[in-house]
Amino acid sequence: MTVTAAPLAEEFRYGLDAPICLTWELTYACNLSCVHCLSSSGRRDSRELSTAECKRLIDEFERMQVFYVNIGGGEPTVRPDFWELVDYATAHHVGVKFSTNGLRVTPEVARKLAGSDYIDVQISLDGATAEVNDAVRGRGSFDMAMRAMRNLAEAGFAGFKISVVMTRQNVGQLDAFKAIADSFGAQLRITRLRPSGRGADVWDELHPTAGQQRELYDWLVAHGENVLTGDSFFHLAGYGQGLPGLSMCGAGRVVCLVDPVGDVYACPFAIHDAFLAGNVRGAGGFAEVWRSSELFTDLRRPQSGGACTSCSAFDACQGGCMAAKFFTGLPLDGPDPECVRGFGEAALATADAAAAPRPSVDHSHRAAPASRGSSARHPRQPVPVSIGPRPAERRGMPDRACDQSPLAGFAPPAAR
Amino acid sequence: MNPPKGTAAVNSPTGTARGAPFDLDAPWGLHPQVSVRPERFGALLYHFGTRRLSFLKSPALLSVVRSLDTQPSARAACAEAGIGPAELPAYARALATLAASQMICGRTGS
Repeated sequence: MTVTAAPLAEEFRYGLDAPICLTWELTYACNLSCVHCLSSSGRRDSRELSTAECKRLIDEFERMQVFYVNIGGGEPTVRPDFWELVDYATAHHVGVKFSTNGLRVTPEVARKLAGSDYIDVQISLDGATAEVNDAVRGRGSFDMAMRAMRNLAEAGFAGFKISVVMTRQNVGQLDAFKAIADSFGAQLRITRLRPSGRGADVWDELHPTAGQQRELYDWLVAHGENVLTGDSFFHLAGYGQGLPGLSMCGAGRVVCLVDPVGDVYACPFAIHDAFLAGNVRGAGGFAEVWRSSELFTDLRRPQSGGACTSCSAFDACQGGCMAAKFFTGLPLDGPDPECVRGFGEAALATADAAAAPRPSVDHSHRAAPASRGSSARHPRQPVPVSIGPRPAERRGMPDRACDQSPLAGFAPPAAR
Repeated sequence: MNPPKGTAAVNSPTGTARGAPFDLDAPWGLHPQVSVRPERFGALLYHFGTRRLSFLKSPALLSVVRSLDTQPSARAACAEAGIGPAELPAYARALATLAASQMICGRTGS
């Protein structure tokens, strides 16, 4: 029967002509200083793409038929040209889903957003109570997010997303998050905490315990497709029953990140030179980086599962998240640090934490929030300081989760 | 008043419920809010109204979907794409799935 083809996941491993899920961080500037920020955002980078460069990139997305981009930051709405770029994208058939902490979502903005089919909004919230949320995202951030959600709901924007990064402190609030989403006619989206960016500093204290992972998995199985996950919990598929969506790492295959200075990384959680494929300012633009960069070509070759291939759960979890392994100092062909069989914990116990790769660039506000503490893996130590000119080239770190599921809203295959 | 986003509130005059038989003799067309991107395995479809992705798992199915708008019926679109009678039921099932997710919808008139 000709309608039947190889399973789509198999096809996706070899890459697509254009990404399904492309995250584009517009700026490193942010009004907040979340302790787990994936892109270590705070201050704007002077090399960020100009309005004209952003528009040229959107033109390229249109030519490649990138259906939509997931815009983040930093806080993308602090860019003075943010709405201009959103309008430009939607006028060029590139849908926009943007993540915001709610800063600029006034009643007036909410009405404008509700009026477009091509715009979707995600409000970030990491606690169902101000106490839990503000400990991670900063004082006042809970109220700011709730105000934005009220404005969206009152403007008639049904189905906007509430985006939650799951932590040790908020796994117990899953039902409360769902209730908040329901009360606004919004949809809940939960994603995995990664040890990326400033997240590396707090991962030990914030990542869910093994017991909480099980609780999270059971909750997800019970709520099925009503809750979005960005397919970010595929490492939990090792518990048995798979979760809706795509059980594979999409980095460089169906997903990638364009950071504020135009650097293209394999995924939003892997902002490190090891996962840098190129820059959109290069001669071939974004298309050439996506289609022929050395890194992405490599990622599209069959990958080795290493020791994991002998595990009975490997077919389900595929060895887990590349970025989570990388930033905890584990080998990429070894177990995920949160492996449900416990192999990750064992590997972490013997790994050299101090040797784990560190983000090479940091746009954090210089007055770091008090909550940013030391951890067992990265104890706070005196910082050797040398006086001299600032480094000419600062590498950018991505931010916000790719929160985006390569297969957000995966619909059943058309034929089988 | 905007249709609720992400909830598939789109008019589909002759749309079928999931699992219902697909009317091969009716005129069908790609939903106006759907964008199609050909890929090696077939194509990716994205619906801007429902925000859902779907997949056409063969180039032949893509040909069928592409000719829906210009053919008087889905049956004629399949014939145009060279689908033989033996394969027709499988294509009808594929089209029914696409109709259930509003990727394609009934056209008025023929």
